[in-house]
Amino acid sequence: MPNPFSVQTVNEGDHVVIRLEGFVDAHTAPQFEQAVQTVVDQGQHRIIVDCEKMTYISSAGLGVFMGFIEEVRDEGGDIKICGLSPKVKQPFEILGFDSLFDFCADVAGAKERFSQPVKREE
Amino acid sequence: MERIERKFLLKVPSSTENLALIREFVTSAAQQAGFDASEIAKLELAVDEACANVIEHAYGGQDVTKEVVVRATLDDEALSIDIEDTGRGFDPDSIKQEELEELINKRKTGGLGMRLMKSLMDEVHYEIEPGKKNALHMVKRLRKT
Repeated sequence: MPNPFSVQTVNEGDHVVIRLEGFVDAHTAPQFEQAVQTVVDQGQHRIIVDCEKMTYISSAGLGVFMGFIEEVRDEGGDIKICGLSPKVKQPFEILGFDSLFDFCADVAGAKERFSQPVKREE
Repeated sequence: MERIERKFLLKVPSSTENLALIREFVTSAAQQAGFDASEIAKLELAVDEACANVIEHAYGGQDVTKEVVVRATLDDEALSIDIEDTGRGFDPDSIKQEELEELINKRKTGGLGMRLMKSLMDEVHYEIEPGKKNALHMVKRLRKT
C-alpha cells in the first residue's frame, strides 16, 4: 500500500522551507530526516518545516525534529514548525514540544519569528 | 445482560510499509466501536507506535518473513488492542521517562513511542515471555455521553 508522503525543500532567501505532505511515520520519516540532513550539510540553519499538508505524524517523525535541533541552534539557527492542524499537533503537545520549539501559524509567521530570541526551556 | 464482543484480526508482514494498513484497520474498528474523531486519532497513533516498536525493535528492522499480529476486540464499553510478536523481548520498566530536553541533550529519541502510548490509552500492559512471545494489551474505553 503506498504511503501518500512527500517532502519538498525550497530556498526562500535567508530561510529554507521543508514542506511535508501526507503521513510521517516510521516508514516515511527517514526521507524527512534525509531532507533535513541535506539542508544542514549545506550550512543552512534557518529552517522552517511547513506541516500544513501533513496529515499524520508519529514519534519517528517527531524524533527528526529532536535529532537536529541542538546542532541547528548551536549554529545560531532554529527549526520553526508551522501549519499544524489540531489533530496533528496532539503528539507534539503530549511530548512537550511546545515548551522547546516555536510553533507558528504559517511560513510568513515563522520567518518573522526568526528575528526574535529562540525558545528554550528555563 | 450478556456482553457481546466483536473481534477483528490483522496479520501483516513485519515492514514499516504496512503501518498505514495497520492504522486503517484500527481506524475502522474504532469507528465501529463508536469513538469520535479525536479518540480515533489517539488509537491510531498508539497502535502505530506499538507496531513500529515491534517491527524495528522486536524484529530488528524490515523482516517480511515475520508477522505483526493485531487483534481488536470491541464491546459496548471499550476497544481492546492486543499485539503479539515472537521477536526480541525487553523490560518495559527499563524504558526511562526522560524529559524531552534531556533526550535532546543526549541526542536520543528512544522511549517517545511508549510515552505516547501511555498518554493516549487508558491501559497499557506488557507481558514478556523471553524467547517465546511478547504481548501488549491496550484498552481505550468509550466515553458515554
